Amino acid sequence: MAGSVVAAEHEHPQKAIGWAAHDQSGILAPFKFSRRATGEKDVTFRILYSGICHSDYHFIKNEWGNSVYPAIPGHEIAGVVTEVGSKVTNFKVGDRVGVGCMVGSCRTCDNCVGNLECYCPKMILTYGSTYHDGTLTYGGYSNIYVVDEHFAVKIPDTIALEAAAPLFCAGITVYSPLRYYGLDKPGLHVGVVGLGGLGHLAVKFAKAFGAKVTVISTSPSKKEEAIAHLGADFFLVSREPEQLQAATGTLDGIIDTVSAVHPLQPLLGLLKTNGKLITVGVPDKPLELYTFPLILGRKLVGGSAIGGMKETQEMIDFAAKKGVAPDIEVIPIDYVNTAMQRMLRSDVKYRFVIDIGNTLKADA
Amino acid sequence: MAGAGAEELPQKAIGWAAQDKSGILAPFKFSRRETGEQDVTFKVLYCGICHSDLHYIKNEWGHSVYPAIPGHEVVGVVTEVGSKVQNFKVGDKVGVGCMVGSCRSCESCSNHLENYCPKMILTYGSRYYDGTITYGGYSDIYVVDEHFAVKIPENIPLDAAAPLLCAGITVYSPLRYYGLDKPGLTVGVVGLGGLGHVAVKFAKAFGAKVIVISTSPSKKEEAIGRLGADSFLVSRNPEQMQAAIGTMDGIIDTVSAFHPLLPLIGLLKSNGKLIMVGAPDKPLELPTFPLLMGRKLIGGSCIGGMKETQEMIDFAAKNGVKADIEVIPIDYVNTAMERMLKSDVRYRFVIDIGNTLKPDA
Repeated sequence: MAGSVVAAEHEHPQKAIGWAAHDQSGILAPFKFSRRATGEKDVTFRILYSGICHSDYHFIKNEWGNSVYPAIPGHEIAGVVTEVGSKVTNFKVGDRVGVGCMVGSCRTCDNCVGNLECYCPKMILTYGSTYHDGTLTYGGYSNIYVVDEHFAVKIPDTIALEAAAPLFCAGITVYSPLRYYGLDKPGLHVGVVGLGGLGHLAVKFAKAFGAKVTVISTSPSKKEEAIAHLGADFFLVSREPEQLQAATGTLDGIIDTVSAVHPLQPLLGLLKTNGKLITVGVPDKPLELYTFPLILGRKLVGGSAIGGMKETQEMIDFAAKKGVAPDIEVIPIDYVNTAMQRMLRSDVKYRFVIDIGNTLKADA
Repeated sequence: MAGAGAEELPQKAIGWAAQDKSGILAPFKFSRRETGEQDVTFKVLYCGICHSDLHYIKNEWGHSVYPAIPGHEVVGVVTEVGSKVQNFKVGDKVGVGCMVGSCRSCESCSNHLENYCPKMILTYGSRYYDGTITYGGYSDIYVVDEHFAVKIPENIPLDAAAPLLCAGITVYSPLRYYGLDKPGLTVGVVGLGGLGHVAVKFAKAFGAKVIVISTSPSKKEEAIGRLGADSFLVSRNPEQMQAAIGTMDGIIDTVSAFHPLLPLIGLLKSNGKLIMVGAPDKPLELPTFPLLMGRKLIGGSCIGGMKETQEMIDFAAKNGVKADIEVIPIDYVNTAMERMLKSDVRYRFVIDIGNTLKPDA
């Protein structure tokens, strides 16, 4: 199967069931495997919900060229603790727990010590990475998860588990740069480019921080949603030069969630002096950058990738307190391949969440 | 021939101007406004040659007005002050950089960022409040609103101070704004010309470890032995670049030619900052994935406000930072332009206006 000597089902002591892709067709189907025993620092939990992130799709289709099959994706995971290791201090059985994009790091480099495990060169991803014990990590489209407590997040009681799940990737991905780049102060004017899983949460977090929000999108049809439903203050159609022109020099910052290749110049023009364009989407080709607008307005283009564990906990506490939750469509596990196709067409408002607890059964 | 107002204003002046985009400079009689109540008039003693001067006289940006007198690294001695001038008196050493006016009321101006004012008036080639075209520092006298004049401290030689008014502030400001002015940081400098050599000196004065990144291996000894850089990377040498991956807190990129950004982004640590102060005229390629994977940024910066320019020159005087210059007579200026294009200067030409540009020449 995967060229390993031991079949996945017998690799570890805790039996598990997931949905995996076996090749780059990316078709997901039931797959029996296993997870490690609960180590002294580990938390084992029953998965109840798993969000579908576009990265899951890239991974199962081997679009980055580094996928290992069988591939179980899923890094927006929420559930309830069933067992804790002897040295676990922050969790007990019955706690609501979440896991995002990473499950390990070196813990000693400057990044790890500075609570930025996400920038550790040895970061271990929730799926598709090699864990400390040499085995492959399998993601959250499965019924149980075992995680080092350092990489687990407590989910407050005031937020539904299915709403919490997408925050572990999409949420932290937009929350972290809003904070780091100083776009979290009340009264600022923040732009959000793209209105999908990331974009809609960026609008909600920015509003929760007290910003005025302008959504920038290629689709005029999204305007009513953006303003009436998500709470954005303005909406610009990026293909309408007059609209962009009228908004020149009005934004303190922009969170750009778009992954396709797109022009940066019009976005830079929307920024005030000292304004910041933050990219969180990942186009697969370089973008064109005219440096004149950066120089003449002391503007910057910065990147950001998820966030560290401390900040992820802070993010979910903030979201629970302020009522920031993603808009989701809950689906049964056997709808997952259809959901992937719909997500590719942006036919979801705005995140699919798999109801693992009710539809992925060990005896399925 | 003469631009609007060239022979109509009260103070006679002589300069060297280009008459067309051949960019050949030659003596030119003109005049400056009388000393207004907020103005300072000074005898120009030295003027630095900035690459922007050459772009301007050759109309490379497409908006030059002829006759064109360049020069925005101007220093001299005050000869007259207006009735409401508070900060200068006759005999003071004074300098003027790239701007001589702004709207004074927008948010940028109110925050001492006149350089980002949309109505900023440049030292040459702009229209002043009185409708006349500004003429730059390749001339014998200058009249400036005191707000846009800088006091030159006693303990810095005037000729070596001149280039700080453009090159100096251009690198000082981003080192401060982007937080690269703390002791112990590692700062890279790309390009070792007028801007680059001053960036090395300021970064060292801030207590940084400085690494020069250059295409020319021949500049290594200069960089380390003469300018005080800690080490030197040849950007065309993949092993050297590989070995330096993830080592720099920030990089000041002074290069104006088109060049790849990806290797420079790779040199940055997490949270590192690549600051562009050179302005290539074609777009660069920006791979965004490396920015994400280290929370890195690319920012720009353009000279600095007046308050910061004064702070810069005071800091430079106090810390012994001055430009490395080659002083030339005014009639060498066209040759100097040619040599500057070939980077054949260490590292800035400064025209000895006081001794070589005479009204009766």
